[in-house]
Amino acid sequence: MDMSFSPDDLAFRDEVKAFIADNYPAELKAKRARSEMTKDEILAWQRVLHKKGWVAPHWPKQYGGCEWSITQRFIWNEACAQAETTPLLPFGLAMVGPVIYTFGNEEQKAKFLPRILSGDDWWCQGYSEPGAGSDLASLKTRAVREGDHYIVNGHKIWTTLAQHADWIFCLVRTDPSAKAQEGISFLLIDMKTPGITVRPIITIDGSHEVNEVFLEDVKVPVENLIGEENKGWTYAKFLLGNERSGIAGVARSKKSIERLKTIAKAELIDGEPLMKTDEFSRKVAELEIDLTALEVTELRTLAAESHGRGPGPEASILKVKGTEIQQRITELTLEAVGNYGFVQAPLGDAANSNDFLAGPEYAPGVAQNYFNMRKTSIYGGSNEIQANIIAKMVLGL
Amino acid sequence: MDFSFTEEQTLLRNTVHSLLQDKYDFDTRRKVVKSAEGWRPEFWAQMAELGLLAAPFSEEMGGLGGGAIETMILMEEFGARMVVEPFLETVVVAGGFLREGGSAAQQEEFIPGIIGGESVWTFAYAEPQGRYNLADLKTTAKKDGAGYVLNGYKCVVIAAPWADKLIVSARTSGGQRDRDGISLFIVDKSATGVSTRDYATVDGRRASEITFENVKVDAAAMIGAEGGALPLIEKVTDQAIAALCAEAIGGMKKLNDATVEYCKTRKQFGVPIGKFQVLQHRMVDMFMAYEQSVSMTYMVSLKLDEDAAERARAAAGAKVQIGKAGRFIGQQAVQLHGGMGMTDELDVGHYFKRLTMIDTQFGNIDYQLRRYADAA
Repeated sequence: MDMSFSPDDLAFRDEVKAFIADNYPAELKAKRARSEMTKDEILAWQRVLHKKGWVAPHWPKQYGGCEWSITQRFIWNEACAQAETTPLLPFGLAMVGPVIYTFGNEEQKAKFLPRILSGDDWWCQGYSEPGAGSDLASLKTRAVREGDHYIVNGHKIWTTLAQHADWIFCLVRTDPSAKAQEGISFLLIDMKTPGITVRPIITIDGSHEVNEVFLEDVKVPVENLIGEENKGWTYAKFLLGNERSGIAGVARSKKSIERLKTIAKAELIDGEPLMKTDEFSRKVAELEIDLTALEVTELRTLAAESHGRGPGPEASILKVKGTEIQQRITELTLEAVGNYGFVQAPLGDAANSNDFLAGPEYAPGVAQNYFNMRKTSIYGGSNEIQANIIAKMVLGL
Repeated sequence: MDFSFTEEQTLLRNTVHSLLQDKYDFDTRRKVVKSAEGWRPEFWAQMAELGLLAAPFSEEMGGLGGGAIETMILMEEFGARMVVEPFLETVVVAGGFLREGGSAAQQEEFIPGIIGGESVWTFAYAEPQGRYNLADLKTTAKKDGAGYVLNGYKCVVIAAPWADKLIVSARTSGGQRDRDGISLFIVDKSATGVSTRDYATVDGRRASEITFENVKVDAAAMIGAEGGALPLIEKVTDQAIAALCAEAIGGMKKLNDATVEYCKTRKQFGVPIGKFQVLQHRMVDMFMAYEQSVSMTYMVSLKLDEDAAERARAAAGAKVQIGKAGRFIGQQAVQLHGGMGMTDELDVGHYFKRLTMIDTQFGNIDYQLRRYADAA
């Protein structure tokens, strides 16, 4: 057992830190929320990393990845979080990319992987449906084979950033007579295909992040099927496993706790910094301890993965604890700003957003961030579903 | 022991309930919140017409002779519909100051305007450095001939964009956090030297940052005795806390009902999700949190006229309960509604946001816990 960095690791750390310092686009530094950014701004950092060859730390080299060790990936994530770089969009790089290089055919790999890496294709995820949330396998979107095409009809929901997407990876039902999980296929669909409509959903923080996607007689070439027909659930589960392990967000949470502490030092209570009070500093301490435990748990999981195991059902721990911590940070940050928590920051197309921002610069948007982060215990398989997975798959209950 | 309502109280509840049913559905509220004004003066006038703004004032003052229980009933109904109009600020708080500490002349001059709906008031007390401490004041009022001159800055003054009158706490003597030396002044928002910057709040209301620069007020504008206002401020803000608790239980009830209903109808894995025990127990916890909150709301409403220490304990305790329950119920209502709970389209998220901000108003859980411990 060893948790320390080797000299090579330390050299790597210096290298990535210097690269970020020299190359992170200056115009992105003022942007905190993705909902404030244009499509080009969201992609700007990915393009820089693509040029450098660092856009996919976990992908195999043969597909354009870095094949970094878990230590290197850990260092990289820390460095990005410290510099508060825009998070890369997960839909292509973390979700569909690995599905394509693991289960796709050579044509699909050649066609899609380079454009995922470069950001030329923006992907979104067509999993949930109005009637299929936690019970994802009950999805009803139908794909019927007609000659060289599937004709797809259905309704997807909670589709993050579909408004910018070029492609959607969809779970569709190809065999309605089979048992729920067994009649599902994994289809890649061009968002420009006639019959696709995207309708925005505004969330409680006022932002436009998620959408509904309606598919009406959408013609999808058969060559866009991943793997075998009716085996889509296997690929979907593989993808969800990857999603869960990325969801812990440890490095970003560390940075958010730093920010919370900065705020709590600036906020006063009877002339003393809030951070000096017992009640508040203990809450922050508890949070940090939880995060430390999660960090080591994640490293243990990654280490097991690098030895060819996982990501097993244990990855559900990372999702549950990771999101609880993220939510707790936003909760305490809202507590910290006191009365100025009331200030609404301009977000998306919120009609009543303010052009005047009252209070210290860190206050506007803190409440909205707290509201927005409630989604994390719902998405990616709700935390209740994760508990079911652990109960069944790990504890054998 | 009797926790039942009188006939008149039930009538009052029915009156406000049907008014809101007719005039305050969720879509209407959404339009109001997004409008340039952010509230509906004509609805305010209707509230006045029905006597709602007169409820807690004595008959001698032209009111209906109600008290804390009448205020509680109204606020609970307002909470159930997320009414944005400034009843709390104008009737409960400003009305409370005039009732409890105003001179006969002030009561005569100002209460009819409040009851009639012609005048909107709010209380400008919070300052950036003061957090929730009502005595932490940098705003000063200096004697100037027969009157005073105000200088200072007040933050997050809720409802100020709609108000024409402000009640301002300022220091006439003493150090920044002394209990003594605080005075209250009635200030016209349009007075020379008062400047405001207005903004929307995350819970669908409006607030202002207010600067006072050499604002001249008459001695007659002072409420109560010079330098001795803090006990009055504490008393009236405890009344405000009781009213906020009532507003909160109105919202909690809506969330709990909506959540139970949703879990009965939403099917996953072939059954209504309410069949899953983990969700059943969650809803039972939400229900218990609500019931405990109702109890604390009754308790504080019945103790507002006790001595200062007992009243402070009651208010602080109730506010802690409401803060914790509001957070739990709000978060879980969103969670159990899944993605739908996150949408702006559904009312659930809006109740969650309002409950969240109620915890901040007049001191959050930590502040009130400390206050409770200090008063015990």
